[in-house]
Amino acid sequence: MSETSAEQVASTEALVAERKPRRLKFRIFRYNPQDPNSEPRMQEYRLEETPFMTLFIALNRLREEQEADLQFDFACRSAVCGSCGMLVNGRPTLACKTLTSDLPRVIHLHPLPSFQLVGDLSVDTGSWFRGMSERVQAWVHERAPFDPEAQEERMDDELAQAIYESDRCIECGCCVAACGVAATNDEFVAPAGMNRIARFMMDPRDGRGRRDWFDVISSDEGVFGCIGLMACQDVCPKELPLLEVYAYLRRKALGGWFLGGK
Amino acid sequence: MSDLQRTDVLVIGAGLAGERCAMEVAASGRECVILSLVPPRRSHSCAAQGGMQAALGNCVKAEGDSPDVHFLDTVRGSDWGADQEVARIFADNAPIAVRELAHFGVPWTRVRAGTNHYFIKGEQVAIEEPKEKAGLIMHRDFGGTAKWRACYAAAGTGHAALYAIDSEVIRLGITVRDRMEAIALIHDGERCHGAVTRCLRTGRLGAILARATVIATGGHGRIYGKYTTNATINEGAGAAIALATGRVPLGNMEAVQFHPTGLWPSGILVTEGCRGDGGYLLNSAGERFLVALEPEKQELASRDVVSRHMMNEIREGRGVDSPNGPHLWLDLRHLGEAHLTTRLREVYEICRDFLGVEPWNELVPVRPTQHYSMGGMRVNKDGEAYGMSGLYAVGEAACWDMHGFNRLGGNSLAETLVAGRVVGRRIADALERTATSADIALVDQAVEGQTRRLRSWADRPEGGSVYEIRDAMAEIMMNRLGVFRTGDELDSAVADLRVLRERLRDASLRSTSPGPNPEIGFAIRLEGMLDLALVTAEGARARTESRGAHSRLDYPARDDERWLNRTLARWPVDADGPVLDYEPVGLLDLPPGERGYGHAKRVEMEMSLEDYNAVVEAAQREQGRLASAEAIGSQLREGAWRAAEDGSKA
Ligand SMILES: Cc1cc2nc3c(=O)[nH]c(=O)nc-3n(C[C@H](O)[C@H](O)[C@H](O)COP(=O)(O)OP(=O)(O)OC[C@H]3O[C@@H](n4cnc5c(N)ncnc54)[C@H](O)[C@@H]3O)c2cc1C
Ligand code: SF4
Ligand code: SF4
Ligand code: FES
Repeated sequence: MSETSAEQVASTEALVAERKPRRLKFRIFRYNPQDPNSEPRMQEYRLEETPFMTLFIALNRLREEQEADLQFDFACRSAVCGSCGMLVNGRPTLACKTLTSDLPRVIHLHPLPSFQLVGDLSVDTGSWFRGMSERVQAWVHERAPFDPEAQEERMDDELAQAIYESDRCIECGCCVAACGVAATNDEFVAPAGMNRIARFMMDPRDGRGRRDWFDVISSDEGVFGCIGLMACQDVCPKELPLLEVYAYLRRKALGGWFLGGK
Repeated sequence: MSDLQRTDVLVIGAGLAGERCAMEVAASGRECVILSLVPPRRSHSCAAQGGMQAALGNCVKAEGDSPDVHFLDTVRGSDWGADQEVARIFADNAPIAVRELAHFGVPWTRVRAGTNHYFIKGEQVAIEEPKEKAGLIMHRDFGGTAKWRACYAAAGTGHAALYAIDSEVIRLGITVRDRMEAIALIHDGERCHGAVTRCLRTGRLGAILARATVIATGGHGRIYGKYTTNATINEGAGAAIALATGRVPLGNMEAVQFHPTGLWPSGILVTEGCRGDGGYLLNSAGERFLVALEPEKQELASRDVVSRHMMNEIREGRGVDSPNGPHLWLDLRHLGEAHLTTRLREVYEICRDFLGVEPWNELVPVRPTQHYSMGGMRVNKDGEAYGMSGLYAVGEAACWDMHGFNRLGGNSLAETLVAGRVVGRRIADALERTATSADIALVDQAVEGQTRRLRSWADRPEGGSVYEIRDAMAEIMMNRLGVFRTGDELDSAVADLRVLRERLRDASLRSTSPGPNPEIGFAIRLEGMLDLALVTAEGARARTESRGAHSRLDYPARDDERWLNRTLARWPVDADGPVLDYEPVGLLDLPPGERGYGHAKRVEMEMSLEDYNAVVEAAQREQGRLASAEAIGSQLREGAWRAAEDGSKA
């Protein structure tokens, strides 16, 4: 075993030690709609920073040590389930993958806007996304029933990868929270909804044709409602190329208009 | 009274297993309600990245694969602890499950014809995939299998599967009540009639009455506290509320799988690939301790072995101290930036996002970590509970028992879908045969009982913190019910867990604010978790052998003469601990033999296979089980594995 590696360990430890523990100041939005005595307010907490501290670790410590009824949502704590979207210093993002070391000493936390508040930092993204899925009928409109005896239909791997790319949305709601149009128009399918439409549109297993899609996308509730400021793409933690998605949908929508679709 | 709802089938859990089961019930025209702690798509099934085992045999490295070979791998992998009838139902139905997911829209990675470059044991190999197979579902290698068998959707298999299944649930219009927790079962001692619920939006209690109730609550890794790769919501409530009936046994709770590289302090899984591609493990002195301990395989020794040595280093004081507790280092620096950002991109992203480190410059803190629960609510091959009718379980929450004492990677996702489909169909059939309705007094009684339970928490005088008890439980579980176990440590674990149960009675809440108070929710889940922890410890202490993931340093041999059986743990009402019982593992088709890896010592069974199977058949008859030869599922085709065995060796 090499000595250099021991040296490097020492240097890494020094690195960890160098990140001097800061005393973080949290300013957190508090409101419990179930409590008649509760008023919306900002509350302040202090917490010693530890190495590799994420907001998942920090918020749980606050709840366990200082404020037992603080509400927030985490499940996977690994940026795959989409539970923990919130405004961190004003920006919608996943709290579980936010390192405190990347933030200033004073950290402001608010719930995501545009969703029903459950309490404190917890919002009801689940109902919003189910509603969206129902509205755009976000499932494969099968051409034939499943045959358990048959071999799978073939698909080109390039296409499979393209579908996978747009299937990667984790429904965290960050893009919806960032979108000014979604904030003022409840009917707008919002960035995540448009991405979902594109995902099924490009899937050859889905039997819907242009005409079926036309109403969903070619209105102010659909792709033409978007004013293209791209706040959504900037905040998407999965880095989905939402800009490209809208371009694709606009092309499809216009094509549908002129050609009448299939 | 509080919120009361009636339905035909109540499914508790909206992961892959619960939702697939609900689809089957709904397709039969029955009404179904699904409960979940979180919106369905946030269930932990979404976190599975690696793949789903199904013997389609589509690529060159999968040639000659078949459900027979898959059956063999599964039974061997289980160290013969599996129920072989269930392993057979599973292996035969897994290909259907994967193809059905393709039908529902999962973008499976597909075979690319022509020259493909794969990494096999760290080396690049060129393989020519034939044109005839182009566009079929591709496989990857997953360890413990004779063939490449894991089907995968890039790096997001569980996510893609769960989204596809949930889309179908929406299409079918099935009611999902998310942020709605089941906190107790409603039963009359003989039959289950639904569950008492607590709403996580309002904190209000309610009840759902159902003719059949399905536990699909996933794994219970959180009994290991933060030492788990599982989500924070995997707290085992399903197994706990079944156990609390006093009638329903849990199976093989001592069978727990660990993973050597959980990121520290968060526990997030870092894939095997990081060692496969040449990563090192270092102790606090910067030594590659595995070089001396495992001269041959070093870091590539099996998961169990690597985890054991890591725990020893930490225990003997060679762990790296940190404010979060001791850990070891994973050294990936020599692999270089180019390799890490391409071949090991997921590992790189985890390091970047959760540690803020560049793994080509810095070391990565890791620890062995709990990963999968083989044990759970014991059910027969049709998914029915023992000891109570109208109650079923599917998925990781169940001990259906195709995994025995060791689950093969990729088998659990496939299990959720196969079990959901098979058991859902069984439930639909059973509803045809039974007409029951619960006495409303029973419901009131159950809800009142839970109201009292919650009130007793709210009314307690000042006492200890529930979170401290959780942390104490986690230390006991990880240090004494971890990768390697000894009688002395298990004795002390049992004693200390009992003390913790006492302490929990004296603990109190810091907050009693109204609504979905997270602390009281956690307190009642912790009661259940401590029960599961004690059942795990008692089972492990009693099992004086080593089998699969249950490794006893004081009993290193697998003992088929005494222990070719399954632990059943019941907790009689008001008893202060579980009562253990045992049953044969099930019909034996593949005779007990060598697993081919792990420990080699073995005590052979003296009983003949015929006699063993006669005992199983008699027991099944007595319990009135359905014969497995019915239209769905499969039956053991005696000796069918023989041809496969020759094939898989070739
Ligand atoms: C990091 C990680 C990676 C994995 N990778 C793989 C892999 O590559 N391949 C593989 O085959 N397996 C893998 N597994 C295992 C596999 O993901 C799980 O075994 C499987 O997804 C479990 O599915 P499930 O439906 O049983 O439970 P889950 O998906 O965990 O769902 C449980 C459901 O129950 C609900 N619930 C729980 N308690 C209650 C309650 N009291 N009331 C109401 N609802 C409740 C939850 O809200 C949730 O909806 C992995 C596991 C982990 C942790
Ligand atoms: S680009 Fe369109 S969808 Fe995105 S935030 Fe702006 S208005 Fe909303
Ligand atoms: S598109 Fe991105 S930001 Fe929007 S919900 Fe999906 S993952 Fe979140
Ligand atoms: S907790 Fe799952 S994405 Fe943050």
